Amino acid sequence: MPFIPHTQEDEREILDSLGIKNKEELFSHIPQEIRLNRPLHLPQPLSEVEIEKEIQKIASVNKGVNGYISFLGGGSYNHWIPSTVESILSRGEIFSPYTPYQPEASQGTLTILFEFQTMMCELFEMEVSNASVYDGASALAEACLMALRITKKEEVILSSAIHPEYRTVVKTYLQSAGFRVKETPFKKNGKTDLETLERNISNDTAAFAIQNPNFFGVIEDLEGLKKLRESKDILLISCIVEPISLGVLKPPGSYKSDIAVGEGKSFGIPLNFGGPYLGIFTSKMEYVRNMPGRIVGETIDIEGKRGFVLTLSTREQHIRRAKATSNICTNHNMCAIAATIYLASVGKNGFKKISEINLKKAHFLARELRKRGFELLFDSPFYNEFAIKLRSPERALNTGLERGFIAGLPLKRFYPELEEGLLINVTEVHDVLSLEKFADFLEEVKDA
Amino acid sequence: MPEKLIFELGRRDREGVSVPQDELKTLNIEELLPKDFLRDKQPCLPEVSEIEVVRHYTRLSQLNFCVDTHFYPLGSCTMKYNPRIGEKLSSLSEFTNLHPYEPEELVQGALKIMFELGKYLCEIGGFDAITLQPSAGAHGELTGLLLIRAYHEYKGKKRSKVIIPDSAHGTNPASCTLAGYKAIEIKSGKDGCIDIDRLREELDEEVAAVMITNPNTLGIFEENILKIAELTHSVGALLYGDGANMNALMGISRPGDMGFDVLHFNLHKTFSAPHGGGGPGSGPVAVKRDLEPFLPVPVIVERDGKYHLDYNRPLSIGKVKSFYGNFPVMLKAYIYIRMMGSEGLKKASENAVLNARYIISKVKNDYDLPYDKPPMHEGVISGRKFKEYGIKTLDIAKRLLDYGFHPPTIYFPLIVEEALMIEPTETETKETLDAFINAMLNIANEAKNNPELLKNAPHKTPVRRLDEVKAARDLKLRWVENKGGL
Repeated sequence: MPFIPHTQEDEREILDSLGIKNKEELFSHIPQEIRLNRPLHLPQPLSEVEIEKEIQKIASVNKGVNGYISFLGGGSYNHWIPSTVESILSRGEIFSPYTPYQPEASQGTLTILFEFQTMMCELFEMEVSNASVYDGASALAEACLMALRITKKEEVILSSAIHPEYRTVVKTYLQSAGFRVKETPFKKNGKTDLETLERNISNDTAAFAIQNPNFFGVIEDLEGLKKLRESKDILLISCIVEPISLGVLKPPGSYKSDIAVGEGKSFGIPLNFGGPYLGIFTSKMEYVRNMPGRIVGETIDIEGKRGFVLTLSTREQHIRRAKATSNICTNHNMCAIAATIYLASVGKNGFKKISEINLKKAHFLARELRKRGFELLFDSPFYNEFAIKLRSPERALNTGLERGFIAGLPLKRFYPELEEGLLINVTEVHDVLSLEKFADFLEEVKDA
Repeated sequence: MPEKLIFELGRRDREGVSVPQDELKTLNIEELLPKDFLRDKQPCLPEVSEIEVVRHYTRLSQLNFCVDTHFYPLGSCTMKYNPRIGEKLSSLSEFTNLHPYEPEELVQGALKIMFELGKYLCEIGGFDAITLQPSAGAHGELTGLLLIRAYHEYKGKKRSKVIIPDSAHGTNPASCTLAGYKAIEIKSGKDGCIDIDRLREELDEEVAAVMITNPNTLGIFEENILKIAELTHSVGALLYGDGANMNALMGISRPGDMGFDVLHFNLHKTFSAPHGGGGPGSGPVAVKRDLEPFLPVPVIVERDGKYHLDYNRPLSIGKVKSFYGNFPVMLKAYIYIRMMGSEGLKKASENAVLNARYIISKVKNDYDLPYDKPPMHEGVISGRKFKEYGIKTLDIAKRLLDYGFHPPTIYFPLIVEEALMIEPTETETKETLDAFINAMLNIANEAKNNPELLKNAPHKTPVRRLDEVKAARDLKLRWVENKGGL
């Protein structure tokens, strides 16, 4: 058995040294009635060559974005990943340690996470970042809990143009803890209705959360949000689900966000059927002690050399237990490391270029579709994702599969009232020719 | 020469990769978006070449201890070897390129793996149904507690408390609070196990659950588990199992058969997925039939030989993360289980226990065994006897680094003074175990005869002992241009 190295002789020597006859005796103190006296019902064990064949057979049943030109977004965006990312992540020294509890033996991980925190602060224009949480949705939920801790109030208001799954996660987290979650609608143009929001704010409201660009790809009224934040005594939580947008769009800090979270999947992490992704979590410095998750800080060793450690651990579950700022222990460090290598690789200029290409290609497709008589569902500025009106988005999706396209996400799945909406995402991986072909295809099925 | 930060390398306008061609040079972003949406100050990202990226992160990687380079007996974390085949197969593009919103018929392979993994885990744990959605063990705890909450509310009784032994993982009380419960801590008995009388005193109709680990965090099997389950159920409460210690039990005893109603697994511990420097993990939650209706959506079901994502579950607690969970971690666990089979998993647990007991038996006299019960897959010793030489457990841990070993978990569980929690796992050779034992015994001698050596340890690591107090006092949580370096 390759993963268990002991020979019979090794086992014999250890058993002898322990003064016991066989391995059964190791468990003699477990009551008989709860000892399993049969083998587990599992398939027969496979050798490496057999499991390889088996998994390849199962894999071949999947049809991913390889076989199709896909326009699926909706919180998971298909981006190009530089080779450096996978190459470095595949090193055992990166993937096989655990949480850096012993900093002297973990300077690699800690240094990279310190770089990650710096990069997130830069991208989001926020003062402090942690070293990751699970994903964008749990980051938003943790942000709401943090706002409730800071303000000692009882409710948060979510824009209903936030990713529907994120809103569900926020409700799951908050409602059980006895907090209220309100939603505020979006307008005909796809932007959050800030007037209604303003009326909904009460003395109990801790925070208001928006996503930008929102679930429909629409860019929110950033100036309006900033003004609202300045005039009302509630915290603003911004959620960036497509952070590639930050090379072009105004960052959360610039419109006075108090807490800004995001999904870092777009930074060097594969689609992976939905996870693992990367929860980004940033805030103003004054709230750092209320922040969930791990934080890396700079310090020196006894010789005065710079080094990095996990810090502010008095907020955390292993010290504060029931009073901790969150229960996070294992987070998503490897994904944070991927993001760091991604951003280091594409660099300052590359990031801006990629961000611009996303914007241009999406707008190119939208323009092509308009030329072919399509109407966008929302008449508002967008980044790399937008919704069009179609008689039957489902039919476009199904016919598309026969023609090599995954045409997008029918909005009806989450918004029954938007049954004519098809959400389309374009990134740098799409070439102009395929965008034109796709526009032609949609034109064909438009009235069907 | 200490490693610089990536921001301290490179030069203005240096580029690390060839970014995709801009096929639309004629489009101008100022014409596509209103000016007041556009960022005016670009983020300060590195400006380095590809070779600088590769060298920098390769050099940084070499500053880490990890399972692939060092014995890593970090108790409660189960740092066993991660078979390479898992890495290889989980990076097949047929998996990595799947978008979560693809139509079901395109993702049947992935759904099959999730469905079958769920079945295997239920069989290993003795449960009826499962969700694979949680991202980590603690995320699983929260999910499990929310299921328990939903169950009680459905039955018309809210209940307000969860009982937790003082030896529990810190995440247990934190998860309780997050789930809206008050955590009631009960003191462990003299034998390190749950004190049945104290438990009985605390149990009433307000208790939603008793949350324990078996084997417990001292590595001791709670022999009274059936009694504990009976008492818990007698007031209508449920028994929650923290699955962090499942590596001791596979094929030997099933939590479901002991009376647990809910259990989370840590796929990254027991089922051999790498820990990624602190994650991603995966924390599936298995339940008995009564709790199945409350599982997060979607649940994977099989109908007519096809797999489906079932969202139509009116009593579901909702979702705890977007999409379905950490798929590659699940895939690695699936591969591991298929390769090990029933006999292999049992052997893994047997040898994990064998190795832990071997180490503990060899070091317990030179250190101190606070609870003299047979350890399962991990054991806790104490360094308290070295206090008279001015030596703390922290010093012992740092000295172990000089011997080339990652230290055990220290100062946990909290009920043991100067605790060292050792978990060797089944994947280590006898030679490694013996070398570690020797190092521990040498250090015990050094503590008495040359304590300064320990107080100044480590001596051989890339940085020496780091000032953690300074880090928390003079907060520097990001690099700042011109101020970041020394």
